Amino acid sequence: MIALVIRDLKLAMRSGGGFGHALAFFFAVALLVPLAVGSDSAILVSVASGMIWVAALLASLLSLDRLFSIDFEDGSLEAIAVSPLPLEIAVCSKICAHWIATGLPLAAAAPVVGLLLHLPGEGYFWAVASLLVGTPALSALGAFGASLTAGMKRGGLLLSVLVVPMSIPTLVFGAKSIALAVAGASNTTAFLLLAATTLTAVAIAPFAAARALADSLR
Amino acid sequence: MSVWEFANPARFVRIVGRILAPTALLSASLLAVGLVWGFFFTPPDYVQGSAVKILFVHVPSALMAINAWIMMLAASLIWLVRRHRVSVLAAKSAAPVGAVMTLAAMVTGGIWGQPMWGTWWAWEPRLTSFLILFLFYLGYIALWHEVDDKERAADLTSVLCMVGSVFAFLSRYAVNFWQQGLHQGASLSLDRDTNVHNAYYVPLLLCMAGFALLFVTLVLLRTRTEIRKQHSAAIAARINADVR
Repeated sequence: MIALVIRDLKLAMRSGGGFGHALAFFFAVALLVPLAVGSDSAILVSVASGMIWVAALLASLLSLDRLFSIDFEDGSLEAIAVSPLPLEIAVCSKICAHWIATGLPLAAAAPVVGLLLHLPGEGYFWAVASLLVGTPALSALGAFGASLTAGMKRGGLLLSVLVVPMSIPTLVFGAKSIALAVAGASNTTAFLLLAATTLTAVAIAPFAAARALADSLR
Repeated sequence: MSVWEFANPARFVRIVGRILAPTALLSASLLAVGLVWGFFFTPPDYVQGSAVKILFVHVPSALMAINAWIMMLAASLIWLVRRHRVSVLAAKSAAPVGAVMTLAAMVTGGIWGQPMWGTWWAWEPRLTSFLILFLFYLGYIALWHEVDDKERAADLTSVLCMVGSVFAFLSRYAVNFWQQGLHQGASLSLDRDTNVHNAYYVPLLLCMAGFALLFVTLVLLRTRTEIRKQHSAAIAARINADVR
């Protein structure tokens, strides 16, 4: 399982920076926000906590397309499926690898994006914390979506249509835990609910994705 | 005899042929009576005026929008556990009907909201939940369209429906947490003493029964079409094989 995680990470790094793309997209969306809504600091402050989460969600979505489809096309997914490793565990490894390659860098870059969007000082800790806790859910749900569209030639758009509605609880609780902290209120409930949503997603997604992949491979 | 006998497609088609006309007729008459009664023979509300009467379309369609998804969830589960083809085809047939019900609930809500709340749309928990539900319907329908192999499409959409249900349910509570509501509480429920006023109660019940039967009729009709489509595709495939 760990070998699979390392393999995926190596592939992500060597195929022209899988780390880089999601991160670059994160910054690109952060750049679009002030250009679209205006550079007025008051406006930016009011949307910053939400836009960090929207940008993270989009960046995470963008990198999902290749999660299973490349392995599906070159046959390595079949090799993984016939190996003694249960498919569910293989999916878990994929989720881990995807999270290390996207979720972790996004959380690390969140303070910089926060700075660009004039996020008030109380928000920085919670921006990093909520992304650390919330992005595993995005990776898990994304893996489920990617498993549904694995065999398709142009599944990218459908993948987004399927994953975005399922990511709504994560987005709401994640953005709320930053926004409440910025407003000086207690954000414990929001943060705990965010963690609960992540646990739900991580518990369900491997089984559902393994089931869908087994179907596609038959 | 067990309920699973109806899972036989031939038997299902035979029974649908027999009950389709009565259910359609019953649904149409219930809707006709309920809507005419509701629109023309109920007094206007003393705050809302005549605008209140849109409730006879809004409440039943909102109810069926949610129930259609629950029915799809049950049918998908039956397909995954017992592999009855009729079940998954019924889920497939119910999705567009449910999506239209969701849309109808949102549109009638907007028409009512414009004079009452002063806006066509408010970012308010119930409205937002319905928009999210609509997105789930669209995703489910899109997945059916995109997968060519019938068996695979059935499996994938069923898994999506089950996982989607969990997160649709979570979203409902997430948006409640997200913002306070503007929408009034349920107009009627079984476990409360104060329901909507008697003048509206009976026609509303008639409309709800009519919408439920309309849903049943449409799903039966569409499921039968799906079965026949698969049947004719199978025949065509056999003829092609014979020719070769």
